[in-house]
Amino acid sequence: MKIAVCIKRVPDTETRIKIGADGKSIDESGVKFVLNPFDEYAVEEALKLKEQSGGEVVVVCLGTEASQETIRTALAMGADSGVLLKASTLPLDPLVVARALAAELEQGAFDMILFGKLAIDDYGQAVGTMVAELLGLPSVSAIIRLEVTDNRATAQREVEGALEVVDFSLPAVVTAEKGLNEPRYPALRGIMLAKKKPLEIKELDLDQGAMEVVELALPPERKAGRIVGEGPDAVPALVDALRNEAKVI
Amino acid sequence: MPDVLAVLEQRGGVVKRVSLETLAAARSLADDLECDVHGLLIGPPNTSAEGLGDYGADKILTSLDGELELYQASRYGQIAAEQATAGDYTAVVIAATALGKDLGPRIAARLGCTLASDVTSLSGSENIVVSRPAFSGKAIYKIKITCAPCVVSIRPNAFSPILTSHAGAVEEVSPGDGPRPSDARTVAVKEPQQAALDVAEASIVVSGGRGLREAEHFELVEELAQALGAAVGASRAVVDAGWRPHSEQVGQTGKTVSPNLYIALGISGAIQHLAGMRTAKVIVAVNKDPDAPIFKVADYGIVGDLFEVVPRLTEEIKRAKEG
Repeated sequence: MKIAVCIKRVPDTETRIKIGADGKSIDESGVKFVLNPFDEYAVEEALKLKEQSGGEVVVVCLGTEASQETIRTALAMGADSGVLLKASTLPLDPLVVARALAAELEQGAFDMILFGKLAIDDYGQAVGTMVAELLGLPSVSAIIRLEVTDNRATAQREVEGALEVVDFSLPAVVTAEKGLNEPRYPALRGIMLAKKKPLEIKELDLDQGAMEVVELALPPERKAGRIVGEGPDAVPALVDALRNEAKVI
Repeated sequence: MPDVLAVLEQRGGVVKRVSLETLAAARSLADDLECDVHGLLIGPPNTSAEGLGDYGADKILTSLDGELELYQASRYGQIAAEQATAGDYTAVVIAATALGKDLGPRIAARLGCTLASDVTSLSGSENIVVSRPAFSGKAIYKIKITCAPCVVSIRPNAFSPILTSHAGAVEEVSPGDGPRPSDARTVAVKEPQQAALDVAEASIVVSGGRGLREAEHFELVEELAQALGAAVGASRAVVDAGWRPHSEQVGQTGKTVSPNLYIALGISGAIQHLAGMRTAKVIVAVNKDPDAPIFKVADYGIVGDLFEVVPRLTEEIKRAKEG
């Protein structure tokens, strides 16, 4: 089985966001970048599929030069090779990203293409499903379970208060939700091996698409609240405030 | 003037409440642009479009078929894109629910225009301008969209339904071709044994964290949630510890919520958790550590042992509701 996993380099979840001097992007100084957490589930699932039915796992990343490090992380987990679609800046427009990835993936004759359900920086949750549409492939997003037998698969995805069960045929695209699996940590041996695995770099010239950033700002500070009191004796005052002041109960 | 298309959501033929929010968002955009709002309702034959005019729809297009009761991604995408192309639309508005987050990108890809997801405000003049959170709410983008018709998914609870009388005339449109063999097919929807409110849609959320010390103690959270008619949420720490299902996780790698009331019990307030709930209208925190970061975002706080405070709170809420 030929499997592709699309990944992204993103600021770590513990990052305190500072706005950059242009007022349209974040200040990246001192920011620790990681493999997008949802992409870890996608990589893990790809590796499990390979263990189950053989084949190869190719990691595809659209990003800047520094994304090589992120690709190496996925290679250290066990992926076989990587492709960096190198861009000087990443457009915010998900369709531009999806088109660039689709153009690359189209040539690979992949049986299965996996994404994380969203990247924790842009938080768009669009690219994976758009790629499937552009390639005309069946797809299921935000899956928490996947079973593949030959060229058929069943996935489960969470919807508000229920689970959808979806059947589809391969080739297909899925995007991974937390809960799909427990991603493995790269072992030392994996990290050593990863350094020697093939990583191809392709230069891309991307337009910025149909989204123009007017500004990126921090959310308004919440107004300072108050400590109603200490211990259970403060409860009546809290309930009174919720009822008569905030009027939320 | 091109109109605004609002893609509405049903479950079992009944229009979901969140779709009234979709109509409200579409209506405010249409009022900016001085144009009409058309709702599109895809569902089974018994789907009722009645009364949607009262929430701002000038027209409701219904695309009904026995096989459209469950969300069938490919057909829903095809129908929505066809309708968006058949009319003259400047934008397609959809709610960023589980369905909308899957359907929105499909429509956008088919229309060849962009998708702005999880939008919390939008306005229109020459271009449509949206605000949307990034980094799960740690920052907010203001974005000008330069293609049409674009797709905008709106965050649940960010727009309130508005009563505003419009015609809401119902017009049936074709449900398109049947499924193709290559389509993914939703074959079943498994309802949980105990119907639970979803944390992302609920108007009140009660969340628990490591301060509860053991999985069993989540009973306290559940009891308070029940008294309030609230959904149960959880911090990443307790989800990673296996105490709670990941579907309840609030935060940057879980769900982002904007309820009217968010009650955090024994949650210290890690950055990634705050990112998921800071847009709640009112935040209450109960924590024994007076220096816990959660108190910096809380409107009301009680410093104390949650094992003493929470049972009392549940009791007082029950009493207040009865009174």
